[in-house]
Amino acid sequence: MEKIVYEQLQEQLFYEKMPNGLDVYILPKKGFNKTYATFTTKYGSVDNQFVPLGKTEMKRVPDGIAHFLEHKLFEKEDGDVFQQFSKQGASANAFTSFTRTAYLFSSTANVEKNLETLIDFVQTPYFSDKTVEKEKGIIGQEIRMYDDNPDWRVYFGLIESMYQNHPVKIDIAGTIESISNITKELLYECYETFYHPSNMLLFIVGPVDQEKIMQQIRDNQAKKTFPKAVEIQRFVYDEPAEVAKEKQVIPMHVQTSKCLVGLKGTNVTAKGKDKLKHELSMNVLLDYLFGKSSPHYERLYSLGLIDETFAYEYTEEQQFGFAIVGGDTSDPDRLAEELKQTMLTFFDSSLTTEELERVKKKKIGAFLRSLNSPEYIANQFTRYAFHEASLFEAVSVLQSLTTDDIVQVAKECFRESQFSICQVVPKERN
Amino acid sequence: MINEKVRAVQGFRVHTIETDKYKTNTLVLKMKAPLSKETVTFRALLPYVLQSGTTTYPSAKQLRTYLDELYGATLNVDLTKKGEHHIITIRLDVANEKFLKEQTPLLNKAVQLLSEIVLQPALEKGRFVEKIVEQEKRSLKQRIQSVYDDKMRYANLRLVEEMCKGEPYALHTDGQLEDVDHITPENLFDYYQKALQEDEIDLYIIGSIPEERVLELVQSHFSFPARTTRPVINQLTEKKTITNVNEVKEEQDVKQGKLNIGYRTNVTYEDDDYYALQVFNGIFGGFSHSKLFINVREKASLAYYAASRLESHKGLMMVMAGVEPVNYEKAVQIIRDQMEGMKKGDFTDDEMTQTKAVIRNQLLETIDTPRGLVEVLYHNVVSKRKRPIEEWLSETDRVSREEVVRVANNIELDTIYFLTGMEGTK
Repeated sequence: MEKIVYEQLQEQLFYEKMPNGLDVYILPKKGFNKTYATFTTKYGSVDNQFVPLGKTEMKRVPDGIAHFLEHKLFEKEDGDVFQQFSKQGASANAFTSFTRTAYLFSSTANVEKNLETLIDFVQTPYFSDKTVEKEKGIIGQEIRMYDDNPDWRVYFGLIESMYQNHPVKIDIAGTIESISNITKELLYECYETFYHPSNMLLFIVGPVDQEKIMQQIRDNQAKKTFPKAVEIQRFVYDEPAEVAKEKQVIPMHVQTSKCLVGLKGTNVTAKGKDKLKHELSMNVLLDYLFGKSSPHYERLYSLGLIDETFAYEYTEEQQFGFAIVGGDTSDPDRLAEELKQTMLTFFDSSLTTEELERVKKKKIGAFLRSLNSPEYIANQFTRYAFHEASLFEAVSVLQSLTTDDIVQVAKECFRESQFSICQVVPKERN
Repeated sequence: MINEKVRAVQGFRVHTIETDKYKTNTLVLKMKAPLSKETVTFRALLPYVLQSGTTTYPSAKQLRTYLDELYGATLNVDLTKKGEHHIITIRLDVANEKFLKEQTPLLNKAVQLLSEIVLQPALEKGRFVEKIVEQEKRSLKQRIQSVYDDKMRYANLRLVEEMCKGEPYALHTDGQLEDVDHITPENLFDYYQKALQEDEIDLYIIGSIPEERVLELVQSHFSFPARTTRPVINQLTEKKTITNVNEVKEEQDVKQGKLNIGYRTNVTYEDDDYYALQVFNGIFGGFSHSKLFINVREKASLAYYAASRLESHKGLMMVMAGVEPVNYEKAVQIIRDQMEGMKKGDFTDDEMTQTKAVIRNQLLETIDTPRGLVEVLYHNVVSKRKRPIEEWLSETDRVSREEVVRVANNIELDTIYFLTGMEGTK
């Protein structure tokens, strides 16, 4: 077991790779009641074409299958795993993103028992025709729920507009039509391919004894056999830098319009520290341009073009990255134009070192705040680890950023052809 | 378990919770007043005006720039209802300098800033700044309207409106749209001064700092005007007699129907049966092992979400589920059957044990976050009844099956609200 010390943050992290390839991290947190654990596979909605384990040909699977699998893994021959967790006083959950599927629990008692349950249920699939059919009704209602949510529609509408080929443009849950094609055989095939321990990471944070927990995991894994680890072959999509659609307008039964501007990132394939640096540079840039203390925010707010729903973020994964800026607005077209111009004219203003330092200070404080949250630590640590980077290096990378780094990412991305707009507008009533 | 020290200072209360758990220090200020038609919109606007400028930092931009300088201190405000009270919350969270390379007295500065936000707002001509008030009035209108666009929130709000017609609880935390235009920098300033004098005010400070130091900081930075206590209004509204169940259907262009059902529990935080009610809610619909989740979602496959939650100070329970419009009757029937089952004691000892374990876990997890901890402790300000965390844990454990059945039999169905799709549209 390896021990990694972060002195300034006063944190210690423990790491071990199991013989079957599983990466395990433990972050002891004194004073907390809760232990939070995530068991994550590097498998999400974008992995829709791959070579199944033991096969040689690429295969395309139905949209929404990673999310469907996440739902179904909770059901076993003898009932629902949720029940078992709650009997042990834990609260369990799971989520599927574009690139990851995570299973998790939090509990303030019976931590070892709950950890055992978590690892075992994820590593013991049970799918039957009957339960697969039943789930279609439930997920159908989940899809409908999001259909009625304008914030969701404008967000995913924008991503869909930005991408020409990459499956990030497809809704994580799929459609009612696409999930109707899911079968138990397909679920097993995806499971066997992506749930191999060598493609997964287990993170535990809380008031735990690292030695005892690590031993428990070693023993648990030693009892199970897995096929030899092979490199997973995922289809690599060819995605141009230009967006698919400049603009999409969705009429809905709303009173207030929404407008988001998307910016398609380029040079997104970096790994390790370079990945952190690229992502943080873009986030610092957006903060400089659109943060609440920026002149642009003040101006747009006083014009009534934005309100407190205004937000911005940049996310970067292995094959794609995008920035999204916007919110509710009284004039969606004008807001779109203002936001685009702010980015396109960035080069005319010059970012001073003093301004950069202020944004960095703000980011460092925000990072410390996020370390209050075990959920944030486990989820973000896992995300960065899948990119061969470490969450705890964020502060030192932030501190090292220069104005040149920021200008560099702006040069790459702030191009007219990389912008896309999506709006939700009130529907005419008849 | 939680070492909360409470001290009265200048007519308000300072609550200190000293802990080394966090990387930040948190300040939370709460102002409480009765919910009323006359003041609800003033109160909904006030904290947003306060966070838009102080004497030293007279614009939102200047104030936000200063927050950035304080290593990205966060400042946010919100409004909530607890029973028939309207509560303004102002939160300021600042990094603990011991995790930074640079040593600046951040907490000291944060206390000073919070005091300025509350006591020295930006003024012109002896009242609030017109430009700020007008901007925040516009934002408030948008906030009030935005609920219409979030159908799940909208359905819940409509249920409360229908169910609590004529009671203060029917008022919205964000106030009334038609009142916003009547607010001026003058009348809002008058109301602000009145609120400073009359509101019940509580300041929570959570972080690695001892109480003596907290009190020193508060004494040196805060100076509230002379405070008069607002006459206590009898909050116990008359018990509503339900003659028949109110059924409301509303049509909109939605794909999924939103079913929201309101019950009167006739038990509040002040009552002895409160813990039994918590256990009841846990078995019935509070969790993913509960009857609603199992029967509406897992067995009948009708919904993705199906749950219940309590309003502890008003004595309400709300059930919510998203279902296809054609499945309305089926869903209502299943929910009513589950309630009937509860009244007859149709639940196992295992369900009791399981629910108690999950409630215990939920409470312990909630107090792991500074925000959650304040919310739990603040119940003891809102209610005359004081319930320490230790009591929560031991008394929940002691709840018997008979008590749960008794609580169930006091619960009355009040209103069924359904937001459904429009016929003839797809």
